[in-house]
Amino acid sequence: MLYPTLPFISSHFKMPNSATKNLAGWGRVPTEECRTFRPEKQRDLHALLREPITLIARGLGRAYGDAALNPSGVVLQERLNRFHAFDESSGVLDCEGGVSFAEIIEIFLPRGWFLPVTPGTKFVSVGGALACDIHGKNHHREGTFSNFVESFDLLIADGGVLRCSREENPDAFWATIGGMGLTGIITRVQFRLRHVQSAFVNVDYERVENLDAALERFDQDADYEYSVAWIDCLASGNSLGRAVLMRGRDASVEELSTPAARESPFVLPAKKPKGVPLDFPDFALNPLSIKAFNAVYYAAHPTKNAIVDFNSFFYPLDAIGNWNRIYGARGFIQYQVALPFESSRAGLIELLEKISSSGHASFLAVLKTFGNANEAPLSFPFAGHTLALDIPMTDDLPAFVRELDEITLRHNGRVYLAKDALVSPENFRAMYPRLNEWQEIKNQLDPNHKFASSLSRRLKITENE
Amino acid sequence: MTNHQSPTTENRLPNTDRRRWVLVVGATSGIARALVRELARHNFSLILAARDGEEMETIAADLRVRAKAEIKILHFEATTTGFVREKNDVAFWNEALEMCSGELHGLVLCHAIMPEQELAARDWKTSRAMIEANYASYVSLLNLSAAYFENRADGFIAAIGSVAGDRGRKGNYIYGSTKAALSVLMQGVRQRLAQTGVSVITIKPGPIDTAMTFGMEKLPLLVPPERVARDILRAIRQKKEIVYTPAPWRIIMTLLCLVPENFWKKMKF
Repeated sequence: MLYPTLPFISSHFKMPNSATKNLAGWGRVPTEECRTFRPEKQRDLHALLREPITLIARGLGRAYGDAALNPSGVVLQERLNRFHAFDESSGVLDCEGGVSFAEIIEIFLPRGWFLPVTPGTKFVSVGGALACDIHGKNHHREGTFSNFVESFDLLIADGGVLRCSREENPDAFWATIGGMGLTGIITRVQFRLRHVQSAFVNVDYERVENLDAALERFDQDADYEYSVAWIDCLASGNSLGRAVLMRGRDASVEELSTPAARESPFVLPAKKPKGVPLDFPDFALNPLSIKAFNAVYYAAHPTKNAIVDFNSFFYPLDAIGNWNRIYGARGFIQYQVALPFESSRAGLIELLEKISSSGHASFLAVLKTFGNANEAPLSFPFAGHTLALDIPMTDDLPAFVRELDEITLRHNGRVYLAKDALVSPENFRAMYPRLNEWQEIKNQLDPNHKFASSLSRRLKITENE
Repeated sequence: MTNHQSPTTENRLPNTDRRRWVLVVGATSGIARALVRELARHNFSLILAARDGEEMETIAADLRVRAKAEIKILHFEATTTGFVREKNDVAFWNEALEMCSGELHGLVLCHAIMPEQELAARDWKTSRAMIEANYASYVSLLNLSAAYFENRADGFIAAIGSVAGDRGRKGNYIYGSTKAALSVLMQGVRQRLAQTGVSVITIKPGPIDTAMTFGMEKLPLLVPPERVARDILRAIRQKKEIVYTPAPWRIIMTLLCLVPENFWKKMKF
């Protein structure tokens, strides 16, 4: 050709632009100045791998602590959000890792498909869901998100792309599930959506006076697709662990309350978007105000049955943008633990007593039954109960959480890395006894530890004892 | 979180455009990525044209899943010159028309390059490539398409200009001049097609939050590409002529154009 294409405009091997940003997780603590990249093409990722810096992928930043922080390089996945294919007969969706659950709902719910497993917010990415092996209100029946993942593509440190499934590269498959993004970048995921009849859940609300009553009622969880309980972690004495159970099944079209809803069962009721316009002052949330809130909440939820739309049932807090600002600029942590059935009652009582007597206030906490664990060495859930609660950041919180960690460990429990900002390397090792299996695979996939995060350094996740 | 909000119903227009074909040139650009989603959502069938075939395949697959839209792709090279330019563009245009059985309803030209001003100022090859991509290829494609639309007497031609084309500025004037030339070119085409009912739309965006601008410091009125895409769709539906996006740029640029040259030349931006 007489006039060849000029090579300098070729984007093939150009390093993408970077922007330095103060980043934090959803809990807003810790905050770190990170160099961020925002690739728009898969090819840009390969260019990044050639840079002599460590990297961690970041989806929508909803992990609470330091899982998606890394000062030398954070790879924002938000523009790698393309769908590749959807099979209407099997429900298998094939998409890039940066696709958000919100987008999946927007596009597929009107066609009668919903996420097989969803956390309490729809503002998570598919890649993040896999890397954290997220669970939802149906864990006791359906397990984690990865149960519905057929395969995924993993971009590893040497620039290769591994297709991972239970059959193909199974080690990389299981190490990446719950692997907190440390095995590579999840570029593409194939997973099954779930067919639903409507965008509503038929919910049984049940108010129970204390923890024992709640645990006893959980025994019938098998009858429900979804089960979760809000518990008042400031109640004490005989009311310790008083709770509102919220358990439900997908609503059929006939069960919907209005003719309009029966006509278009996948239309979610429109809600005015609300937001938190500014950081609340630190004193706004104190043990007294939270205690009052919890009492009102408990009183407002008598035992009843109701048809509730998906947004209200699965994502109550998404209706309030930036709700994390109510904890003020100091930020907060979410403490989530799993405890095995054998020791969960004793462990929960000890944790709740510790919290309700400490002055470390928390809004309603969440209690739920977990089903069985899967094969992934770092996946969080196992058979038992899980407790999650938000605690505002204070100077003495790290020491207090250390005490909670001791209680958790003593009852053979573990903390959830997607929420964690504080656990020590020693406690982490004790909580995740299969760490060395994971390390072996990590070292094969990423011998020079190209993929690292503030969480991985804090936990010394690649080091032996 | 605005990226994830559902499209509101008032935004969604009636399904009248099914099977209407739009050719989008520069389909892998930051603006086009958002624009093609918006076009597909409004039920247009699309022919995507760009150089990066692999990326176009990715975008096409995405649109098919999202909007069940009919999408075709076509290779286009903006930076060739002279004889090759003409030969390629005629072949390209004919192929595009063939793909939609001669029923092309709209053309959107989005392709452009913006190398650093400094590099362009000292390297002719860089300047020339910019002139080729941002201007010469537009002349060539508009010659072909104006004739087609003149004959068809329906549809639209839209091209992405820039606020940088309204007034020359030290930091960006070679790029700006290509956009200024495009602006006049579009004015001429608009007058030429005025009697035919074909709308000729010049879009003038300010800085947009794309890979091109990511990491640049303090850009005024930086908007997400989705916002620009919505503005372009509205311009198409309402048959607008010159659209600034976001809208305040019209006022800003009008005022800036009133500054006497004697003052302008001393201004530091």
